[in-house]
Amino acid sequence: MGAWTDMAFILVVVLDLFLLASSRLGAAIRAVALQGALLSLLALLLTGSGHDVGHMIIVAGGAFLIKAVLIPWLMFRAIREMAIRREIEPLVGYVPSIILGGLGVVLSFAFSRGLPLPTNEMHPFLVPTALSTVWTGLLLVVSRRKAVTQVLGFLVLENGVFVFGLLLTDFMPVMVEAGVLLDLLAAVFVMGIVMFQINREFASLDTDALSSLKD
Amino acid sequence: MILRALFQIGLLLLLPPLLLGVVNRVKAIAAGRKGPPILQLYFDLAKLLQKGAVYSRTTTWVFRAGPAVGLAAIVTAGTMLPVAGQPAIVSFAGDFVLFAYLLALARFATALAALDTGSSFEGMGAAREVSFASMAEPALFLVLVVMARATGSLSLSGMLGPGLAAAWRAAAPALLLSAIALFVVALAENSRIPVDDPNTHLELTMIHEVMVLDHSGPDLAFILYGAALKFFLFGALLVRLVADVRMTGFWAAEGAFVVELIGFSILVGLVESAMARLRLTRVPQMLVGASVLSVFALVLLLR
Repeated sequence: MGAWTDMAFILVVVLDLFLLASSRLGAAIRAVALQGALLSLLALLLTGSGHDVGHMIIVAGGAFLIKAVLIPWLMFRAIREMAIRREIEPLVGYVPSIILGGLGVVLSFAFSRGLPLPTNEMHPFLVPTALSTVWTGLLLVVSRRKAVTQVLGFLVLENGVFVFGLLLTDFMPVMVEAGVLLDLLAAVFVMGIVMFQINREFASLDTDALSSLKD
Repeated sequence: MILRALFQIGLLLLLPPLLLGVVNRVKAIAAGRKGPPILQLYFDLAKLLQKGAVYSRTTTWVFRAGPAVGLAAIVTAGTMLPVAGQPAIVSFAGDFVLFAYLLALARFATALAALDTGSSFEGMGAAREVSFASMAEPALFLVLVVMARATGSLSLSGMLGPGLAAAWRAAAPALLLSAIALFVVALAENSRIPVDDPNTHLELTMIHEVMVLDHSGPDLAFILYGAALKFFLFGALLVRLVADVRMTGFWAAEGAFVVELIGFSILVGLVESAMARLRLTRVPQMLVGASVLSVFALVLLLR
């Protein structure tokens, strides 16, 4: 059991690094979906004896449905409609972004022990995984040009927040978590519409086109 | 004891061409071809050794020394690698540094021989080989350091010896990450498909093959044999790290080791059949990724 939890956390981090390196949107969406599925698995794996099992199952099921099924489906639909396959020229190249991501992972794993936590730590990898996933999401959001990759970055960021939230599941009512997940879904929905508009306006998804003024 | 050492040397010297034969056979079957015989490389080597060598007038002794030095360095590195649970023939604290640098020496000799021909094309190949190697080497060293840290031993025999099982129990995630990194390094170092295609002769994209175009006869045989040996060495390292099967009895252990190595060759053949070559600009990305994975593994061990 312990070894599987370790492996799931490590896989989440490895997927972060993969996302920073991959230029194919299909592979990146699949990676995000797999990460979402792993998060719901982690929610189940971390359910100890003192937890409310029903609560955990609802959280895990909701996360799986939205993060691993619904949102990836929407994203795949978006790239199919707009006929784009890959990120062309990121603002920060792939090798620098892998190195930056690796740096973030190393720092968060090296120093997260010193952080004061409001509750007792459930698993030694939980906080560093959350921190490095948030860091990866931030990097993706600021360093990619295509709107689709930026949305993926936002999803990764949210995945990191979700991992951190696992620490507090005892104190958070189900409604709050359901609200967060629904918010996420609504956000992706809105971003999908925005992407569609950008695409129709500029015939590309390059968000740089938004910063040049037009009459 | 002496008999066992002799058997290990025999395995080290005789098995490698078979592994490349297995890789080619797997690729042929996956592509729906019949493929060359599994023992083809042995025939090639025998044929090449009987031929004479042709040397260009612009080359010096450096060109002639290249293949011999390269092969000698790789064989010497092979004596430090433990085979099937037995300690290696040569073993001392810190021998993994010498192991890595003997492989680097072999590459240096090949690159120098390529530069010695004065052909701009071979110079380009040498530049490519060395620049990719400079990115694969940190990853290899980090993997070896992870193994040293996990087992608390500074020699390859100790790293892959009895302490490994305990290390897997204590630090499985770190060792698994470093095994993935080691597989990537093995593909890159042996110029297998995601990085370089061993069968290609398309001038613009080859890396390793470019450097050996001017060698002929026994020299070419040395180079082909050295490449097979290097494949064997990386395969043995990876197989011992991942599938630490401990059989009782000497022959059972050696047999399991050979079977594992053939499994490694089949895996490489499947990867080669399933993947396309990466563009040259994407190769550094993959190697840096492997380095980052092994740094991550090291941090997991150190925290």
